[in-house]
Amino acid sequence: MSAANPGIAVDVAGLARRFGPRWVLKRLDLAVPAGESLLITGPNGSGKTTLLRCLATALKPHEGQIRLDGDDLWRARDRFRGSIAFVSHATRLYEDLSARDNLVVWARLGGLPVDADSLLRRVSLPVDRRDPVRTFSAGMRRRLALAVALLKTPRLMLLDEPFTALDPEGRALVGAVLDDLRSRHATIVLTSHHPEEAAPYCTAAAHLDDGRIAWRGTPAEAVAKATP
Amino acid sequence: MIVFRQIGAVVLKDLLVELRSPTRLSSLFFYAFALLLMVAFASSTTDVMRRQAGGVLWIGLLLASTRSFDQSFQAEHDEGALEGLVLWPVRPVALYYGKALANALSVSVVALALLPLLIALYDVNMRGDVGQLVLGVVLGAGALAAPGTLLAGITSQARGASALLPLLLFPTVVPAVLAASRVTTLVMEGDPMGQASAWLGVVGALNLIHWTASGLLFRWVVEDA
Repeated sequence: MSAANPGIAVDVAGLARRFGPRWVLKRLDLAVPAGESLLITGPNGSGKTTLLRCLATALKPHEGQIRLDGDDLWRARDRFRGSIAFVSHATRLYEDLSARDNLVVWARLGGLPVDADSLLRRVSLPVDRRDPVRTFSAGMRRRLALAVALLKTPRLMLLDEPFTALDPEGRALVGAVLDDLRSRHATIVLTSHHPEEAAPYCTAAAHLDDGRIAWRGTPAEAVAKATP
Repeated sequence: MIVFRQIGAVVLKDLLVELRSPTRLSSLFFYAFALLLMVAFASSTTDVMRRQAGGVLWIGLLLASTRSFDQSFQAEHDEGALEGLVLWPVRPVALYYGKALANALSVSVVALALLPLLIALYDVNMRGDVGQLVLGVVLGAGALAAPGTLLAGITSQARGASALLPLLLFPTVVPAVLAASRVTTLVMEGDPMGQASAWLGVVGALNLIHWTASGLLFRWVVEDA
């Protein structure tokens, strides 16, 4: 990503999404300027993952609208999907393939160049390991999922609980990736139950409660509110 | 061009997954082979066996491929890869044709591997054109895989997928299986009236319908509505 390929501005207006009869997002409004790194906190079931999945175009909003750089996201989803990377709880890896195979397969699917060794080193995974992903620990899978997401050089990076299942080295590694994305002016939206872990890599924070934004502030405020 | 590149990438991905863990192809083969074996041993006379050889082959392939189509989507759902493919973005039409081609290839390979065993077990005197036999097998495999991939994509997202898929697939593919079975029988038993070409035309037409309709419908299988 170069300076000519900066982050995407996100504008969410009146976003509502339900599963069956239950509304998970309730006319949510949120603006994320291009290049901002937004931390979203909130209790379980508050709608964090649903919001990220709507931003990733995995879910269609039932009401309201999401605009990226002024364009309706759902209508222009085929154009935006190549610029959005989403690291979710599901790692989207092929269990029977090795780490290298997974990188090569995903790169080929997207018509993207791949330097598997370099990406594996970037997420501290061994470059010569040939065994299938099903033998990997949860933390190793999360690292590999991050490496797959980075194949895209995203303009909008969405991460759902990126520090979960990671050891201190893994958390530092995710932090370094986030710092790198910020230095390239990518827009980042990430969720976390542990704002103290994510705050150093974010420039703004928002708290989601019962499908709505309860408050917005700085990452330091998010940490202070989460501290008993 | 992007669509063709993506179709190729999906086919290669499915074949690589199969190569690394060939459980799907081997279960497809042994399931169908077990059925051939059981019917052969249950048959009373060699003459009866010869006459039913083509039908038994296609019943075996139909039953075995149902499980195989189901499994082809299991790898996509295990870690949410199907959603990842759509968001990557792999176009739904490329995703469908890539997976359907890989499934058709798997069924064709297994069918062609079973043919010599069928000929030996059922004491078949090959009287027709082997080229027609191979074409019939490949077209029949295609007519199974096209709706099989679409329906497996639908049922894989539902509870009880393995029970639901045969209920939807069998009525859809019965005409194609009957026609492919007729081609196989005519080629094996002799075709004095030259009917095999007409039945091949029927299987070809059914392929055209299934591959076109399923490709158009698949977007609604993988995209949120």
